[in-house]
Amino acid sequence: MRASRSREVGNARILNYMVQYSQTRFDASFAALSDATRRGVLVQLGGADASITDLADRFHMTLTGMKKHVGVLEQAGLVTTEKVGRVRTCKLGLRRLEEEAAWIEKYHQLWSARFDELDKVVEELKRKEKVDGRKKRR
Amino acid sequence: MDARSEGESAAMKNRTTVERKSERELVVTRTFNAPARVVFEAWTQPELLKRWWAPKSTGMTLLSCEADVRVGGRYRFEFGHGDSQSMVFFGRYVEVTPHSRLVWTNEESDDGAVTTVTFEEQGGKTLLVLHERYPSKEALDGAIAGMEGGMPEQFGQLDELLVTLGASGGRS
Repeated sequence: MRASRSREVGNARILNYMVQYSQTRFDASFAALSDATRRGVLVQLGGADASITDLADRFHMTLTGMKKHVGVLEQAGLVTTEKVGRVRTCKLGLRRLEEEAAWIEKYHQLWSARFDELDKVVEELKRKEKVDGRKKRR
Repeated sequence: MDARSEGESAAMKNRTTVERKSERELVVTRTFNAPARVVFEAWTQPELLKRWWAPKSTGMTLLSCEADVRVGGRYRFEFGHGDSQSMVFFGRYVEVTPHSRLVWTNEESDDGAVTTVTFEEQGGKTLLVLHERYPSKEALDGAIAGMEGGMPEQFGQLDELLVTLGASGGRS
């Protein structure tokens, strides 16, 4: 009966049930991980951010080849890249901002849905009050 | 007369707003076309609360709903969701001011928020402000990141795989 993760509390746990992670993202993640080089890149980035050039050197690949691998990881949301000047830096990507926005949206949906139901309860209570009020006046 | 007031309220559907007010606060607002005492009643009578707390669109059902809405009183909600295990929420009411203010804690973990709901009546309508304050930025960030925990089981396996990969990378 206990939740498996203690950090999820209150509404967060409800949202977690509501969130439907797309199969697409799931497939993309696994496709990205099916390749030994890409797994190596993730491990590398787990240690420190690196440029595409660094990664190409480290894995003895052409720049073009490494760009492709990083592209696949980026599509899967596992890596983010940022170009500063002429250097594109790669880091492990958790899509933090997108995640927060998505979470807030789910949180909004939860409360909107609750309040729409609450409207119905409130309307019913108002009608009851009117009926009771009329009875009392009689 | 009743029919007309129903028509009016249906025509004016009020909007819910949500804002992350600070590193550890979330604020939800909504107006209701009713006096504060009516809205307050719907929050404090368990049999009314259970009618709206788990709307169908969430896919959840409320298996049980106990709410002793008095200062120091406890609440306990149990939700079911399909075939998965049920979830239990519990805490205490720490402030109960009739028709104007409710404050409760969430005690499933140390990262639980304190929720304050205020009911402000203006011209027969009620502005409801729900404010969730987490104990720390990390707690709210954790709740948000906790969405990862709600992902399909396979994502948990993906986490483990990444950890394994990290470990083997460290050895090489």
